[in-house]
Amino acid sequence: MKGMFPAAGSSLKARLTKDFKRHKWLYLMALPVIAYYAVFQYSPLFGAVIAFQHYTPMKGVWGSDWAGLEHFRTFIGSYYFWRLVRNTILLSLYALLFEFTAPILLALLLHEVRSRTMRTVAQTIAYMPYFVSLIVVCGIVKELTRSGGPLNLVVLNLFGGEGQDLLQQPEMFRGIYVMSEIWQRAGWEAIIYLAALTTIHPHQYEAARIDGASRWRQIRSITLPGLLPTITIMLILRLGYMMDVGYEKILLLYNPVIYETADVISTFVYRKGLLDNDWSFSSAIGLFNSAINLVLLVTANYISRRINGNSLW
Amino acid sequence: MSRSDRTLDLIVYLLLTVLVIITLYPLLYVVFASLSDGDQLMAHTGLMWRPLGFSTLAYERAIANPAIWTGYWNTLRLVAGGLILNLTMTVLGGYVLSRRDALWTKPLMIAIVFTMFINAGIIPFYLIVRELGLMNSLWSLLLPFAVKTFHLIIVRTAFLSLPSELEESAQIDGASHLTLLLRIILPLSMPVIAVLLLYTAADKWNMWFMPSIFIQDRTLYPLQLVMREIIINNVTDQISSGASVGEAQKIGETIKYATIVIATLPVLLVYPFLQKHFVKGALIGAIKG
Repeated sequence: MKGMFPAAGSSLKARLTKDFKRHKWLYLMALPVIAYYAVFQYSPLFGAVIAFQHYTPMKGVWGSDWAGLEHFRTFIGSYYFWRLVRNTILLSLYALLFEFTAPILLALLLHEVRSRTMRTVAQTIAYMPYFVSLIVVCGIVKELTRSGGPLNLVVLNLFGGEGQDLLQQPEMFRGIYVMSEIWQRAGWEAIIYLAALTTIHPHQYEAARIDGASRWRQIRSITLPGLLPTITIMLILRLGYMMDVGYEKILLLYNPVIYETADVISTFVYRKGLLDNDWSFSSAIGLFNSAINLVLLVTANYISRRINGNSLW
Repeated sequence: MSRSDRTLDLIVYLLLTVLVIITLYPLLYVVFASLSDGDQLMAHTGLMWRPLGFSTLAYERAIANPAIWTGYWNTLRLVAGGLILNLTMTVLGGYVLSRRDALWTKPLMIAIVFTMFINAGIIPFYLIVRELGLMNSLWSLLLPFAVKTFHLIIVRTAFLSLPSELEESAQIDGASHLTLLLRIILPLSMPVIAVLLLYTAADKWNMWFMPSIFIQDRTLYPLQLVMREIIINNVTDQISSGASVGEAQKIGETIKYATIVIATLPVLLVYPFLQKHFVKGALIGAIKG
């Protein structure tokens, strides 16, 4: 083949040059986007070398002294290291257990409602909190959980205690965090599962009915298996961001009294880097976090591909 | 219909009703509290099913607070700027990346998707923005966020799904890339453009963390940052100024709630009409890139 079309056999470099000349205008159109990725996505990647330096703005990235792995060692050896890792993983696991399953359950509920009106009303209301800004959600959480607030009294009646502000009690934080996440997102995240449910063919249910299957049985044998591929993909995506707990929400809700359970790696990076300006050290921690994320994503993807053939790449 | 099926129906209705109440109540609580009398609200504990007393004083004070309006104005500028900038960048990028006959687009695409998985963290990003001299200007909230890789992939996928005969015939007619994009591809991709605009607007509306690290000048605070001061950090004294300390505290509580309503109501009133597009966006996003 190559012999028949000499042009195709020419070197890659020559082909790229020729193509570049032919599509000059096209590549000119790409320039803003290329510039954006170079400046705001790639240059921070190179800027991350400050994690291995004693960076000072005066000396810059090129002139600062090298620190090697010192910052990583300091971080791993510090007394708060395990607390941060534990909090990050636990908060993620809680979110995975409850926040990930809530939209699936909600979608099943909405799928089983037979009244169309009820379904539409419930759906519209379930989406609503998603359109409330994070600041307002956290403001509401603070009001509901403060001493004397409605949620606070519910907890007081169920578990006893002195009724002090729930956000001042370390053992309450994870519950509050996960619940507020579910409140804000479950309805919205159910959309994807609801869409997946509409692709299940009605014939399947009909056939099941003729065979005398109860609706419970239909949920177990038709609806849930129909959802499984979507659930898997969402799970992999989720696992890849395990270490990226919602630090914006934590920053708005936490306070030093509950650092014991609420302080996670990303909030620590924020305090060290942006409040204390300890840039090299906090970059190292950020890098550490990203590396774990990447490993988790690749692992999750690999496992899923082996088990049921669903994968991101 | 069997008994177990009827039990299922009952459970479904019961659970959904409870969920609807749980979802709505916190919002209703805010509305009730905002209309309550400051004294009664301070003394109150537990659930609330209607405003305690009735007073619109909190709204008068909240509306008279200039910070709310400069916040709205800054957010409006951010949304407008974000719509123009992100639309231009994303559409241009999406167009280039969807060209099948150009050789450089494939490596470009790989380089772009790569950034979704490798992340340097917040500090190097912050330092770049600082170094570029964008600090303390609304540009710091626009330029560094001008393209979202996720949006770029969505737009590219939409462009790729158009029949390739369209572009071929346009090229035979001698149409330039820009003509092809503006006259043929864009008009055919309006649904995905609508989704892009909505998500960009929502992003800008919700921004608070980046403004909190990039913006020091209070007159440039977007609405959410103004809100943070009032409802998270409890800074209401300026708004209730002119009142005595005790009184200021009382009004302060209700002002917080009134501010929440003022800053949330516009979105909640608009969303039922836009819901359809948002749902479409959520679904496009879920499809494998």
